[in-house]
Amino acid sequence: MARSVTTQHKTIATVAAWIVALLIFFPILYTIITSFKSEQEAIQGFNLIPSGTFESYAEVQAQSGYFKFFLNSVILSVGSTILALLVAIPAAWSMAFSPTKRTKDILMWMLSTKMMPAVAVLFPIYLIFRNLGLLDSRIGLMVMLMLINLPIVVWMLYTYFREIPGEILEAARMDGASLWNEIIYVLTPMAVPGIASTMLLNIILAWNEAFWTIRLTTTDAAPLTAFISSFSSPQGLFWAKLSAASTLAIAPILIMGWFSQKQLVRGLTFGAVK
Amino acid sequence: MKLRTLILGLCSASALAFAAHAESITIATVNNGDMVRMQKLTDDFTKANPDIQLNWVTLEENVLRERVTTDIATKGGQYDVMTIGTYEVPIWAKQSWLLPLDKLGDDYDAKDIIPAIAGGLSVDGKLYAAPFYGESSFVMYRKDLMEKAGLKMPDAPTWDFIKQAADKMTDRANGVNGVCLRGKAGWGENMAFLTAMSNSFGARWFDENWKPQFDQPEWKNTLQFYVDLMKADGPEGASSNGFNENLALFQQGKCGMWIDATVAASFVSDPKNSTVADKVGYALAPDNGLGKRGNWLWAWSLAIPAGTKKADAAEKFVSWATSKHYAELVASKEGWANVPPGTRSSLYANAEYQKAAPFAKMTLDSINAADPTHPTVKPVPYVGVQFVAIPEFQGLGTTVGQLFSAALAGQSSVDDALKQAQDAATAAMTEGGYIK
Repeated sequence: MARSVTTQHKTIATVAAWIVALLIFFPILYTIITSFKSEQEAIQGFNLIPSGTFESYAEVQAQSGYFKFFLNSVILSVGSTILALLVAIPAAWSMAFSPTKRTKDILMWMLSTKMMPAVAVLFPIYLIFRNLGLLDSRIGLMVMLMLINLPIVVWMLYTYFREIPGEILEAARMDGASLWNEIIYVLTPMAVPGIASTMLLNIILAWNEAFWTIRLTTTDAAPLTAFISSFSSPQGLFWAKLSAASTLAIAPILIMGWFSQKQLVRGLTFGAVK
Repeated sequence: MKLRTLILGLCSASALAFAAHAESITIATVNNGDMVRMQKLTDDFTKANPDIQLNWVTLEENVLRERVTTDIATKGGQYDVMTIGTYEVPIWAKQSWLLPLDKLGDDYDAKDIIPAIAGGLSVDGKLYAAPFYGESSFVMYRKDLMEKAGLKMPDAPTWDFIKQAADKMTDRANGVNGVCLRGKAGWGENMAFLTAMSNSFGARWFDENWKPQFDQPEWKNTLQFYVDLMKADGPEGASSNGFNENLALFQQGKCGMWIDATVAASFVSDPKNSTVADKVGYALAPDNGLGKRGNWLWAWSLAIPAGTKKADAAEKFVSWATSKHYAELVASKEGWANVPPGTRSSLYANAEYQKAAPFAKMTLDSINAADPTHPTVKPVPYVGVQFVAIPEFQGLGTTVGQLFSAALAGQSSVDDALKQAQDAATAAMTEGGYIK
């Protein structure tokens, strides 16, 4: 009896999970479907079967070179992630293994910066970028993306590092390991799943960031978010083209997420069950 | 071998010297058919001006407005040419944020620009932006449904006729709404339509002393008429409909009439995308016999920010993109129907254009019927037909648009919406120092 109830619960939970997953994924699926429709088909109401035309993709590529934007997205997301890890690993190490009575407050303060609407600091940031000559530069945007994602990266790494017994690090120190060696050769290998998932999540966040990447770039450093934005029009129906541009922009990160999902889930649930 | 190396070296050095000499200008623009077409045709410009390279930044209208405003206010210098509208030009020109366009060339023929459009882009008689394409608003209607209703659309209808026709054309069982109008909140969405409509009802945003006028009967008549008309004959969920949503409805045969931008005529009459392409007629925007019609005036224009260091190259480009030569170039490559409309009188005198664009005369008549310097029946202290050309209008217009959109959705009454609009406008005007 108990077993049949458990099986029933499992079935219900599985079905519910599938429904939720489909609901979440449906807008992306419909965008992909619409990208294979003509503009006329796209406006003719709800239809899950496209004619299968590639004309929108051809027009999108002809109108604006996709690869330049793609390359910028890769450089910005990977570059900002590496920068974030370089700053966040030592920060999270110190908070996890040498906490002070203010550590929790610092962590909360870092997180609170994420609660402020970005537009509130648009003018000061724009002026700083202008004065430093960083407008439309990859370096400037990399630093910006690193800064806005840093609180999440530090928090995630702090959570992972807390799961690692401090005694292991102490043992390394007893064996004469320097601070640098301790972080590189002892801590980092043990936290690889956590660091990997943090890295993947940060790449996804940086890839999808649309506020600063659109506002601080023009031509040289513009990533795929600016590419999508250029296909949105208030006068004229270009839904198929907009869908094709969106599909091209999300495809790389979707594929990366698909292949790394095991790593991502493992990292995100690391230490969840003791 | 040495000689060959020397020649190669000299060639490379010359190429580098040329590349270093070539000036690149960055152009911020919106994504619409005419602008995209221009980007494809720029070879014509770069061939004639090999020392100028063009970089394009295409953005969604609201993002573009925010970007260029930020850049120009902070003197960021990211753009050398900006695509802006008739709302921004008078405000920015007064702030000395734009350069006057006085070196457009001898053969530019600035006098050929339609006077109403030129007026909207000039301050103290100086042109601060060159129009790339201009538009007004008019009535687009289904000739077959009008005939079925036993009515004939006059060239210059009244609002009473529109109501009568909408009532008769509405056929909800077959998915036909008598009239489709903007309802989505925004200063450039429902408030563009409602402000222009209110002009024909004798209403105005402010009196001569900047006192808000939403508590006056003219605004009550405007909003009540609009809400009643849309409830009786408009599409479901009209409070979410903007230009694109109504375009989709009209193209699918779900609207008897649609009052919106003249630029829509080329979309609804395009058989590739419209199911009713051969059944569309055009008429002037309605009036109430008070001397003003409910049509607006807008022009997407190219302007040069005062902070640019490449003013000469930028002005050369602006001159090329808004010239008669460019119109002829588009006509030769893509046909006269695709020439950017609403900027030059000579285009409307062109027999080939008239033949290719059956809506040409009505477009020109609509543009000429709009007067941005005297937009209302009663006197006002501002310019602008469907907007008030003051910096506060973007925020205030959107707030009032949200209130009116809520009234259309039935979330508040017309009286409540007007009272809240009056309060919001009074607060904004007081804060801005217009009234005490």
